[in-house]
Amino acid sequence: MDTQARIKETVTTNNVVLYMKGSPKFPQCGFSNLATQILDACNAKYTAVDVLQDQEIREGIKQYANWPTIPQLYVKGEFVGGSDIMRAMYESGELQTLLAGA
Amino acid sequence: MLSAAQLENYIKDGLACDYIKVLGDDGTHFEAVIVSPSFVGKSMVAQHQLVYAALGDKMRAEIHALSMKTYVPSKWQEINQ
Repeated sequence: MDTQARIKETVTTNNVVLYMKGSPKFPQCGFSNLATQILDACNAKYTAVDVLQDQEIREGIKQYANWPTIPQLYVKGEFVGGSDIMRAMYESGELQTLLAGA
Repeated sequence: MLSAAQLENYIKDGLACDYIKVLGDDGTHFEAVIVSPSFVGKSMVAQHQLVYAALGDKMRAEIHALSMKTYVPSKWQEINQ
């Protein structure tokens, strides 16, 4: 399976997926850390993918949603945004609503 | 080393901005506030994608992290009243 197909499978078979650098316990980047904190604050259950463990995914995820940075959040297969957008949606309450329905 | 002023110019070269301010002095981490008429009617994701598109390859090559807040001109006026 090629990289784009692997990503598609991951984001469509898991309700909430966070592509990040490091793991939720040991984030390797401030933005990834922020993203996990936001999801925790929403009490969200999510699947974390550490892009540092897979170079193909690390590059492929940038093409998948035409988004050049990590972290990236997907809900029900849809790209939601990076950490700036997650923070803005959390502050407005939109993210909580979206995750509650996931 | 990339400066905030250079990054500001990169973005302005590729995107019409009513207002832009880029901060950051370590050469890799930047914060930007960007107001553009091109953002009107677009989702936040699409607005950020416009900025990334303006930066093109520089986003991958030179910039590790760009945190941004994007506003349409009317919203920006509202905030600054």
